[in-house]
Amino acid sequence: MATFRIWRGNADAAQFVDYETEVSEGMVVLDAVHRIQAEQANDMAVRWNCKAGKCGSCSAEINGQPKLMCMTRLDTVPLDEPVTIEPMRAFPLIKDLVADVSWNFKVKERMKPFAPRPPDTEDGTWRMEQEDIDHVQEFRKCIECFLCQDVCHVLRDHKLHDEFIGPRYLVYAASLEMHPIDTENRLEELKNSDGIGYCNITKCCTKVCPEHITITDNAIIPLKERVVDQFYDPIKKLFRVFSR
Amino acid sequence: MASYETHEYDVLIIGAGGAGLRAAIEAAVGDLKVGLVCKSLLGKAHTVMAEGGVAAALANVDERDSWRVHFADTMRGGQYLSNARMAELHAQESPDRVRELEAWGALFDRTQEGGILQRNFGGHQYPRLAHVGDRTGLEMIRALQDHGIHQGIEVHMENTVVSLLKTGDRVSGAFGYEREKGRFKIFAAKAVVLATGGVGKAYKITSNSWEYTGDGHALAYHAGAELIDMEFVQFHPTGMVWPPSVRGILVTEGVRGEGGILTNSEGNRFMFDDIPELYVNQTADNPEEGWLYTQGDREARRPPELLTRDHVARCIVREVQEGRGSPHGGVFLDIAWIKEKIPNAPEHIRRKLPSMYHQFKELANIDITVEPMEVGPTTHYIMGGIRVDADSQMTAVPGLFAAGECAAGLHGANRLGGNSLSDLLVFGKRAGEYAAQFAMENETVPIDETEIDTIAAHTLKPFENPQTDGNGNSMGPYDIQAQLQEKMQDLVGIARSEESLTQALAEVQALREKAEIVHAIGNREYNAGWHTALDLECLLTVSEAIALAALERRASIGAHSRDDHPEKEEPGAGKYNTIIKKTGDGAMTVRREPIDELRADLQEIIDEMG
Repeated sequence: MATFRIWRGNADAAQFVDYETEVSEGMVVLDAVHRIQAEQANDMAVRWNCKAGKCGSCSAEINGQPKLMCMTRLDTVPLDEPVTIEPMRAFPLIKDLVADVSWNFKVKERMKPFAPRPPDTEDGTWRMEQEDIDHVQEFRKCIECFLCQDVCHVLRDHKLHDEFIGPRYLVYAASLEMHPIDTENRLEELKNSDGIGYCNITKCCTKVCPEHITITDNAIIPLKERVVDQFYDPIKKLFRVFSR
Repeated sequence: MASYETHEYDVLIIGAGGAGLRAAIEAAVGDLKVGLVCKSLLGKAHTVMAEGGVAAALANVDERDSWRVHFADTMRGGQYLSNARMAELHAQESPDRVRELEAWGALFDRTQEGGILQRNFGGHQYPRLAHVGDRTGLEMIRALQDHGIHQGIEVHMENTVVSLLKTGDRVSGAFGYEREKGRFKIFAAKAVVLATGGVGKAYKITSNSWEYTGDGHALAYHAGAELIDMEFVQFHPTGMVWPPSVRGILVTEGVRGEGGILTNSEGNRFMFDDIPELYVNQTADNPEEGWLYTQGDREARRPPELLTRDHVARCIVREVQEGRGSPHGGVFLDIAWIKEKIPNAPEHIRRKLPSMYHQFKELANIDITVEPMEVGPTTHYIMGGIRVDADSQMTAVPGLFAAGECAAGLHGANRLGGNSLSDLLVFGKRAGEYAAQFAMENETVPIDETEIDTIAAHTLKPFENPQTDGNGNSMGPYDIQAQLQEKMQDLVGIARSEESLTQALAEVQALREKAEIVHAIGNREYNAGWHTALDLECLLTVSEAIALAALERRASIGAHSRDDHPEKEEPGAGKYNTIIKKTGDGAMTVRREPIDELRADLQEIIDEMG
């Protein structure tokens, strides 16, 4: 038996409630939540789909760590004390473990879409080398679980949702900007409305990514460099480097 | 009538997996108003779980491939029960549908020449599956989603439809609730496309999530459409079997495509022991030839591990039943062995099968580059479904269309791996196109408001039902659902008989009586128990349809196996589809309908391909 301390309630009122349930070999946190839901709390709200780390629905904070519930094995969590399970805190609460993540979908909608160059061949297709797309394929592994958004202090602590698109959408921007056949330029938006400057490279997002995307090093830093190259005079840039 | 939030569309799409998204994109090409309703968040539908690839005769890797070979492979895989016109359209159009995804940003793995790379898969004569490692479905749904959100489609995430609305004979919209507050919504529409996916949640061991409760099948059935070939449920041969909490999670066929082998507890490659007659000429008769095939040797024939899914699943069950299974009731799937054949095998495996590596490492503590996996069959897909016109995807109900897994016809008695992703692109597009055309050619019909209050009251009934029945038994939705899954698994699984199926029908009837008085606690806000209670009705409808159709087909063909009728065809019965329909008094009936002779030019292709 183990105790799970689960956040229950809605935006008006919510608190932790303790549930005891049986634990068996190989169980993940989501299994415990499901067992509690089926046996003790039928009306508990929890998002999930694939239960295999592929859809990014069951994001939560387990003992304070942003994780996918379906990929967190109970044998990696101490069970001699209650396991706390909370919704993602960077977003408003809907109910129990379900956060309102709709902001993320709106951010993506306002970003400039993919715009390919004309096809390379008559059958309407393009020729691309595998090595030229490896990086972009890394970004496209993203399962949109929004754990990186949840952990980002710009969103979580400073609540700058109106000024900063967050790591997920910087990765999305990188996947488009570095796509070998894309022709669009998104640097001005990245600098201004997307707020790339807010990121100060603490790499918290990279640490929590369940797909192990090297968000900061491979996506955000190269984008920052592109923004700098396009918008800042190289001599002033040099000056800034030396005056640091 | 109470007042409900109402949305008006030319075309309403229900379901936002690959088929629904593709249909919505197509319907929105003109200036029609398109609505898209989905049970989960956008981009989370089961398409995301598809791993191996999308089948299309691009002939990028082997120039001998063509739509004709793909057509013949699909027909053979479906044991010639497929709708030939659908198989023809599918084989002809899937290459364009795949190429078009690249124009929307998808990035498939590349060939040396820079084109789309293709891999081997069960039942496909040539390397045909365009793929991205083993996360092809994610790439596809993301490409469709990212393109779709700029097409002016209105998306209703986390909304569930509980009933279609009809005015006279025509469909006039849908009625449902949003999960967040549990408020009702009316979606008025001139045309409706169902793209709700499968029914896996009717079974205990499944690769499907909570969403797959046969909603589209049940909605269409109750609206007067026909369901065909519902007995054909695909049990994917390789699901995880250990630990118990991950039982049923899919292990991609791509593992076998990359050279993975199936062995039993005696270390024997048992798939060589039983090769069906239809496939003898195409199958390797020794391990070395099979290995060469997976490495792209064009003269080699495929290893028996890549026979069709129905056959592989049955062989695994046989091994387990005869005492040669793995410790946890499956068999072994070994990819680590390829280190005998190639240098840097662990790295190769991690690159080709990254999510499988990840999945076993994190969920089962198994390193697949070192140890074999334990696998066994899992309920994965339903070949049967809503009967549609092959060209337009329209059902028998004017204005009601269906595409993707919930529609039927393409896959016959067994679906080839990779043919579902191409199915949803080809027929998703067609459904969107013809639904748009229907919407342009027809006026809006007013919604019959009197029926809506009745549906709404019925939807809220679980809150009013008592918590236990007269004998103190729980009437909770999860208990009833678990009982149904247990019965379907035991009685309507891989091995069936008249006795088990008759019993299953009785069990479904008994559970239906319980479901009438299912109880939901709490209030309407994001209440999983209430939602499960409502989904039960759909699950019971499809469970009854599967059992009834399975009882009617007294033969063992494709995914449908009858212990009491092991022969492939019932003497004198010929080839037929089973048709399920709701009668005027509300009862479910089944009948057979003979399959028309093939068009001469299509028959010629099949004869030619052997």
